[in-house]
Amino acid sequence: MSPHDSSSDLLPGHFKRWFAARGWTPREHQLALLAKAKAKRSALLIAPTGAGKTLAGFLPTLVELYEAADSHLSPLAGRGRTASNASGPGEGQSAASAPHPATLAALASPPSPRKRGEGKRSGGLHTLYISPLKALAVDIARNLERPVAEMNLPIRVETRTGDTPVSRRQRQRRDPPDILLTTPEQLALLISSADGPYLFGSLQRIVLDELHALVTSKRGDLLSLGLARLFRLAPDAKAIGLSATVAEPQSLSRFLVPQDGSAPAYADIVMTSGGAAPIVEMLDTKERLPWAGHTARHAMSEIYDLIKRNKTSLVFVNTRSQAEMLFQELWRINDDGLAIALHHGSLDVAQRRKVENAMAAGKLRGVVCTSSLDLGIDWGDIDLVINVGAPKGASRMMQRIGRANHRLDEPSRAVMVPANRFEVLECRAAIDAIAENAQDTPPLRTGALDVLAQHVMGCACGEPFLSDDLYSEVCHAAPYADLARKDFDDVVDFVATGGYALKSYERFARIKQDKDGKWRVTNPRVRQSYRLNVGTIVEEQMLKVKLVRSRGGGSGVTGGIARGGRMLGEVEEYFVEGLTVGDTFVFGGEVVRYEALAEDQVYVSRANDADAKVPAYGGGKFPLSTYLADRVRHLLADKSAWRGLPDQVRDWLSLQTQVSKIPGPAEMVVETFPRGGKHYLVCYPFEGRLAHQTLGMLLTRRLERARARPLGFVANEYALAVWGVGDLSAMVRQGRLDLAALFDADMLGDDLEAWLAESALMKRTFRACAIISGLIPRRFVGEDKSRRQMLFSTDLVYDVLRKHQADHVLLRAARADAATGLLDLKRLGDMLSRIKGHIVHRALDRVSPLAVPVMLEIGREAVYGEAADELLAEAAEELVKEAMG
Amino acid sequence: MNAPAAKQQPDAALTVSGVAFAADLSGALYWSEERLLVVSDMHLEKGSSFAMRGVLLPPFDTVATLARLAAVIARTNPRTVIALGDSFHDRDAHQRLADADRDAIAAMQTGRDWIWIAGNHDPLPPATLRGSVAEEIAIGAISFRHEPTGVEGEIAGHLHPKARVATRGRAIDRRCFASDGMRAVMPSFGAYTGGLSIRDRAFAKIFPSLDFTAHVLGDASMHAFPAARCF
Repeated sequence: MSPHDSSSDLLPGHFKRWFAARGWTPREHQLALLAKAKAKRSALLIAPTGAGKTLAGFLPTLVELYEAADSHLSPLAGRGRTASNASGPGEGQSAASAPHPATLAALASPPSPRKRGEGKRSGGLHTLYISPLKALAVDIARNLERPVAEMNLPIRVETRTGDTPVSRRQRQRRDPPDILLTTPEQLALLISSADGPYLFGSLQRIVLDELHALVTSKRGDLLSLGLARLFRLAPDAKAIGLSATVAEPQSLSRFLVPQDGSAPAYADIVMTSGGAAPIVEMLDTKERLPWAGHTARHAMSEIYDLIKRNKTSLVFVNTRSQAEMLFQELWRINDDGLAIALHHGSLDVAQRRKVENAMAAGKLRGVVCTSSLDLGIDWGDIDLVINVGAPKGASRMMQRIGRANHRLDEPSRAVMVPANRFEVLECRAAIDAIAENAQDTPPLRTGALDVLAQHVMGCACGEPFLSDDLYSEVCHAAPYADLARKDFDDVVDFVATGGYALKSYERFARIKQDKDGKWRVTNPRVRQSYRLNVGTIVEEQMLKVKLVRSRGGGSGVTGGIARGGRMLGEVEEYFVEGLTVGDTFVFGGEVVRYEALAEDQVYVSRANDADAKVPAYGGGKFPLSTYLADRVRHLLADKSAWRGLPDQVRDWLSLQTQVSKIPGPAEMVVETFPRGGKHYLVCYPFEGRLAHQTLGMLLTRRLERARARPLGFVANEYALAVWGVGDLSAMVRQGRLDLAALFDADMLGDDLEAWLAESALMKRTFRACAIISGLIPRRFVGEDKSRRQMLFSTDLVYDVLRKHQADHVLLRAARADAATGLLDLKRLGDMLSRIKGHIVHRALDRVSPLAVPVMLEIGREAVYGEAADELLAEAAEELVKEAMG
Repeated sequence: MNAPAAKQQPDAALTVSGVAFAADLSGALYWSEERLLVVSDMHLEKGSSFAMRGVLLPPFDTVATLARLAAVIARTNPRTVIALGDSFHDRDAHQRLADADRDAIAAMQTGRDWIWIAGNHDPLPPATLRGSVAEEIAIGAISFRHEPTGVEGEIAGHLHPKARVATRGRAIDRRCFASDGMRAVMPSFGAYTGGLSIRDRAFAKIFPSLDFTAHVLGDASMHAFPAARCF
């Protein structure tokens, strides 16, 4: 790019010389963002990793602060500043220290180093940067250090995370830096402090990193509310969003500007030209492709070979347990002793940091990881991404692939390793989608009411508010633009006294209206409790896993086991709940034996078994995207497309054509057949495990009523199998079972209501809402009590509330979550209307080829559909059999 | 692996020191010879107790608990009711009762003896309510007290026993009666009361060996499991 280019005129000579000294030219999108800033516009930058997004986001701030200082040059000149007078050394601190001599030589007229004076700007922050990961904030601070130091800019950059010492946090509120790098939770805390107006009053810019990742969750809701508050405190502030490629950039850009209620308001969009297209292949295995399962054990030596042939590979899997298994299998065949490490969210933090550091230092050949490495930080040169298992979504896969080779002009390389035959179809569909650069990120969320409740409490902690004012402010946040006033008022009522029809808690109110109608916090403990419990990340109840010596034939009595032991990490409580003493499972890269459970600790011993007895949950939390599911259905239906599939898969599908039917793109095939004295119904909605599970629950209820005597069901990402005593084929033939009626969308009415009353998934959803909304504190003020010592069960609270006030705001919030979360109700509803009139039934005399994968899940997966009484009776029955030999 | 159709057993036989009781699905224990009904750990006004400390639990727990108690009283028509301690969540809880709840209790007490056993949460008698008050009470070979000591013939509460039974990849976690024929620990009756696993060491102090039974409260039926099978 020529230095005389008109857009580059926005860049001061001082900056141009710095770029030149580094042998760089400013990128087009970097200059474009500079132009947006000059024009006082908020902007969304969409660029792949490696495009210099971060520098682009900060360049306007660096230039503005430089120019502001420049115009005050004379009074401040000569007031030297060194790192030591900023604040103590520490994590993420960056100060304009002595410029590098080499850089100095390249700069024609370096300005004198100087300190930002009190009179130059009003006291608060200039730029606020928010990232989803605190590690990313720290990393960015380090990256900013370089231009700031080399150009000798009079700018103070600091981070603020949960790890920042209290003394520095206090100082930051008194004497804020120019640029503060932080997380959504810390923003919420700053807003709820009395210093908010001072800190943010002079704010010019808000930079939101990894926006595509933030907006898909409740953290995004919380952030949007924080933004709305920032726009009120600093009406001149503009936002810059940095995002990977998304399906609907315009919709995402609404997040960055205050919505005014009438027509949607959008930020400007800056897109980079694509960069090199990635090279993505599917592993063409020499081995036999498994029918089911998620382990990809068959491809282990081929995966190992890929690691061996490349410098550093990231091996992505979908779940922690898959990561464990893969890591273990790779080491079993690691004859060359390659440095292969493991990284997932349940591992001890110290262990994860160790892996990350080794990775950054280029010491590792391969890292087996979960989505824990999906985001942001540069870990050095990765030349290959291997994705084992289902890709789940096209955009998700593209972001993962972008982790390889953070240089824009060279293609990223990736190999996809399907673990079973259906995953071959999914991988094929994903590869085609990537080639077309088709995106399937979810649409912008509707803001959750439990998050709003937390925010309302936070606002009250900051300063008293009037309902009318806060309502209009909240509606400026894009996810809450359509918030009904009644919902808002119900939330305020909930925050005040719990929002119960029985008005018995007025005397215990947490916030109260004063004589001017302003809501005020009633006592300081309310504030403390808010601070302790801020945030929207509700983790599964986790149990600590400790390695002890086996007692052999242990009885599982808690307390009998020796305390202590080496800490291996943490595991979800619901996983442990399914275990009995003596069961083996893989954890921390080894097979361990479940010994005992005591309070929040699981005691395990080293097992000598090569294989774990308890199969790992294989699905993962992300369901197959609707878009990819649709592509898979079309791929299946289009025989000419089968050419791109491995022989084994083609043969399998051809056989299905002969004995049953391949579903057409709009059809849903339902097969019924007898097997082993029972009768099965298998259908293929391709809507992901969660939606299928919900469908299974509801179908069994209806089959019960139709007297088909269902016994259970099992679901995978593609299909659902239900079995029972009644001869389903005969029932359909004789007109006693109407499939169209069975799959009618009216199941989402009463059947759903009845099931929700007892659904464990719904209770888990409610628990999250109860915690986020502040009904149930994670931590109590003045007590060091963790969630495990919670003195009441949220399940019981759910039961009671549901019975006595079914329309309570928290139940509404939980219902809204169930639509897209663990129950995936919306997707189920969409599917039921899609297949209406398109159900194709085949009565078969035995299992079809397409049904084999889901049938194989029976016995591996937890079986649902039975009420507790049946399962308890069955367990008792088994005991009798055992005892009677 | 077909689940047998569960027999509906709304109560289960439970013997303590030769005396036959019926362990009711509601969590109450009925001694038909004496026409005596026992409920333990109701923790009335637990919701408002938390509300006082800023945790605004739904204020419907007392109503829910009393409704269940009224149902089992209507079904069994006992001559005597023993509330086996921790009937109220805190010392002052009985003063926070809503008038309607107070009336409901009075209605249940009409025509029968009512004994409040002192618990650790409610060591003082509920002065604003009818009924006699005792630390413990003995009827024949059976002694009733709040905190179990492990002696023979004892029926106690306090520990909130629950059992977790794993089957087919799922674990079911329910309240239960725990009994070895010589003594029994009753489940908590309150709407907001959680539980403690019968495999916790607290139970090892009451039951000399693992040779005791968990009578698990299902949805419509009671189920008996050896303690060794639960966790």
